[in-house]
Amino acid sequence: MTWFFFILLSTMTVGGALGVVSTRNVVHAALFLLVSLLAVAGLYVLLLTEFLALVQIFIYGGAIIIVLLFAIMLTRSREYPRISDNGQWPLAAVAALAFFGLLTASFVVNNPGAVERSRVPFATLGRSLFTDWALPFEIASLVLLIALIGAIVIARGEGKRA
Amino acid sequence: MSLLDALLLILALLILFTALSVVVLSLVWIERKFLGRLQRRLGPTRTGPFGLIQPIADAVKLVLKEDLIPSWSDKAIFWVAPLLVLVPSFMIWVTIPAAKNLVLRNLDLGLFVIVALLVVSILGLLLAGWGSANKYGALGGLRSAAQLVSYEVPLVMVVVSVAILVQSLDLRVISASQVPWGAAEPVLNEAREAGANFNHIGLPLVVIFPLGLVLFLLAGLAEVGRIPFDIYFAESEIVGGPFVEYSGAHWSVFFLAEYINTFLVGALAALLFLGGWYGPFLPEWLWFLLKTYLVVILIFWIRGTLPRLRIDQLMTFGWKAMIPLSFAGVVIASLYRFYDWPAWSLSVMSLAILGVVGYWIYRRYTQPVVKLAKIYGHRPRRVSNVS
Repeated sequence: MTWFFFILLSTMTVGGALGVVSTRNVVHAALFLLVSLLAVAGLYVLLLTEFLALVQIFIYGGAIIIVLLFAIMLTRSREYPRISDNGQWPLAAVAALAFFGLLTASFVVNNPGAVERSRVPFATLGRSLFTDWALPFEIASLVLLIALIGAIVIARGEGKRA
Repeated sequence: MSLLDALLLILALLILFTALSVVVLSLVWIERKFLGRLQRRLGPTRTGPFGLIQPIADAVKLVLKEDLIPSWSDKAIFWVAPLLVLVPSFMIWVTIPAAKNLVLRNLDLGLFVIVALLVVSILGLLLAGWGSANKYGALGGLRSAAQLVSYEVPLVMVVVSVAILVQSLDLRVISASQVPWGAAEPVLNEAREAGANFNHIGLPLVVIFPLGLVLFLLAGLAEVGRIPFDIYFAESEIVGGPFVEYSGAHWSVFFLAEYINTFLVGALAALLFLGGWYGPFLPEWLWFLLKTYLVVILIFWIRGTLPRLRIDQLMTFGWKAMIPLSFAGVVIASLYRFYDWPAWSLSVMSLAILGVVGYWIYRRYTQPVVKLAKIYGHRPRRVSNVS
């Protein structure tokens, strides 16, 4: 049963990702991205990490795709609904393959072996996030805050008062 | 999971869907009757006793209507959008407990599941507006994304403050921790044996945290797009927004989702703030329905009373009133928990905040009238006669 769902979800992830790069309509690409991200959430459920799956749906499936679509619809993508192929694709392919190779290599080197799936209680996760990993957590929120302030500064324009 | 389990699950989902459809039919009838009474009309009277069959007649009419698809529209997106709205709002109900043991799947992270799935349905509205190749549709889609994302923040913050107070995201535990220990014991003991943490309060949260209920209801109204927050399908401005090109069965899917979400706001207000399904004498499921319908009728009442906000007023209210207030709610809830203050201190703090902000908003929105009256030297209601 788990095996069946794993194959299904992996196919959806990879298929969605291929759809993103192969479709010529920007909005369709965003939808394919949604399929891929939601399938990843499904994979997290298979690994018994419900919290991660929910965060994936909440942040990637919801917020990020909405902001992406919002940006596409507010810019003049209507005038250029089709992305034309550009000359960068061989470079992109090399970069993607290199990253894939890096991931595979690190997996082969640090193979954790067959690990029993275990459910981590949400309270444990929260406690370790705010005690052992408090510094990385705070740094991540600082980065997001900087991005927010930067967006406001850009949106205000120069020489204008709010 | 065996085949039998899968079949049972499908059966349970079907029953849930039927129950929700019946609820939606009842809501349509209640809304038409109640709104009629508010406007000194009778509402539907012809179809069946008290017009009870009216919603079924409406449904039959909707299904029989021709289902138009605009030829310029993006067909795939036009088809997917209603499903993206309906499926999450239906899935949320899988985890909502209507009584102590009347829930399809009770989840430890129930409250977070609800918040996460609510976001996905925004996507459906945005795509519906874009996919129908209509200027009003696109405007409505963008408005819906702006409004729903803005009001998602206070909603999540209220949920967070409830989670801080109760120390749990499990909806059954949240409800049970709001009633005296005697009634709550079965659920809470079961949760404790499963290793869950919680903070037993013993009072409905509306008593100790009224600020939360007010913010939750306002943000919930905005999330389901009910008047006065129906900016994104405002019929008199953008003729229905994302739904402008939809008709027949496709439109009725949006309609179904809207009413399911309205009922969801009522159910969540009941579970989070009004003590859930607990109450004396009556059976549990009846208490749950009573509290939920009470909140829903309040929503219909607001609809019959207030005019629609302008879009800039909506965004100003969202960002300058709702979001700071909801953060204030998180702060006072954390202070209360961290220093173990007595319960009344939290109610005093939230009532004080509500009072100050309410008075400020009252002054803010009545001031223009007062200024005009000063300029013209008349009482406000005679200003229009002067010019």
